[in-house]
Amino acid sequence: MKNRSLLSINDFSLDEQLKILTLAAEFEKNPTQKILEGFVVATLFFEPSTRTKLSFENAASRLGAKVIGFSSLATSSVTKGESLKDTILTVSNYADIIVIRHPNDGSARFAAEISPIPVINAGDGANQHPTQTLLDMYSILKTQGRLDNLNITFVGDLKYGRTVHSLTIALTQFNTTFHLVSPVELKLPSYVKRHIKEKQLSYFQYTDLLDGIPQADIIYMTRIQRERFSDPIEYEKVKNAYNLNNSMLINTKENMRILHPLPRVNEIALDVDNNPKAYYFQQALNGVFVRQALLAAILGVK
Amino acid sequence: MEYSNQRKELKVSAIENGTVIDHIPANSVFRATRILRLDKMENQVLVGTYLDSKKYGKKGIIKVSNTFFKDDEINKIALVAPSATLIVIRDFKVVEKKQVEIPKKIEKIVKCVNPNCITNHENIPTKFDVMKNENGIYLTCLYCDKNTSKENMVFL
Repeated sequence: MKNRSLLSINDFSLDEQLKILTLAAEFEKNPTQKILEGFVVATLFFEPSTRTKLSFENAASRLGAKVIGFSSLATSSVTKGESLKDTILTVSNYADIIVIRHPNDGSARFAAEISPIPVINAGDGANQHPTQTLLDMYSILKTQGRLDNLNITFVGDLKYGRTVHSLTIALTQFNTTFHLVSPVELKLPSYVKRHIKEKQLSYFQYTDLLDGIPQADIIYMTRIQRERFSDPIEYEKVKNAYNLNNSMLINTKENMRILHPLPRVNEIALDVDNNPKAYYFQQALNGVFVRQALLAAILGVK
Repeated sequence: MEYSNQRKELKVSAIENGTVIDHIPANSVFRATRILRLDKMENQVLVGTYLDSKKYGKKGIIKVSNTFFKDDEINKIALVAPSATLIVIRDFKVVEKKQVEIPKKIEKIVKCVNPNCITNHENIPTKFDVMKNENGIYLTCLYCDKNTSKENMVFL
């Protein structure tokens, strides 16, 4: 993986993905080690994403790397009209690896095409967010002890949620059974379902949240956004239909864990937070270990 | 049959040397001229549209004097004219005749349908894989991964 860019989860083979997860487990045991001393990581955030940026910067600094970059357009030359190409070529003079978050689809792949140093995609528009997929896989592996033969329930906005699309496609490598809970308007798109069908895996679609709960090993919650609905009345109808609360968790499997890419609004009630089956905050921490693994592997020190 | 062929030749006169692109769908002729950048060409270009054709009903034809296209240039028009025939003329004689082939990849000539694609925001040439399904040809953007169907193709 040395010097390779990570733009979409498919850029790494299954073996390489698993290697990152193994490395992440090593970093979880020993998160502070100065193996990237002398390296510079550039974090270029063309749109705000505090969570992802802090996670990358935490990962880099725990390994001893220096971090440079910007976190909004206001503090970059883009406000002066600089092109993405010029920004990338300039920054690549000063850093060993670029982490980029950009509002346009395909921006990260373009950056990697022109950049002499490797690029990690930290989210390009509605397109890809591969480090989120890897940290989701890591969280599933860690809580279940395996990735194979699990029942995974996705809840909420399955149409527009890019984390759901990428994770679903990644999980088709592991004989997963999919349970898809969403309003009819926000069903999983057919291009994602095609991946499930190609691997001849089973999937079930429900509109009632309770139907997706008892069989689940993982419940992956997502936020339903108001702007996805052309008709505000439709939004009002569905917005409270997919709220998970503690009383719904009584008949769940012992090993079941709840994931959420965060930020959460009201789709998980606060009374779930203290349930040992709630895992979303640890999931966010896992992101640091996975990003440490990626930085170390791509910079060639692990 | 001979007679009708001759009549067509009368409508778009013969060229001495150059390239004839025949059997273009009648409504795609001007798109094909744009794709081949014939508007910038300083050679004689003869264009015929809505000519009678036994095979296709109505067809278009383009004749370009003293110009011989490379395969990857001419194959770009397969997007709008998959049935087109390429005829190379020297000394008023047909020296080569072949069908255009749909290219595997195309660059620059079509806009990505996704308004949020980086190619629609920065000065970046578009790149696509040419794909085919039961509805015909479509393009997959190498940057944003979205598909542009035939109906949505806008030529740059």
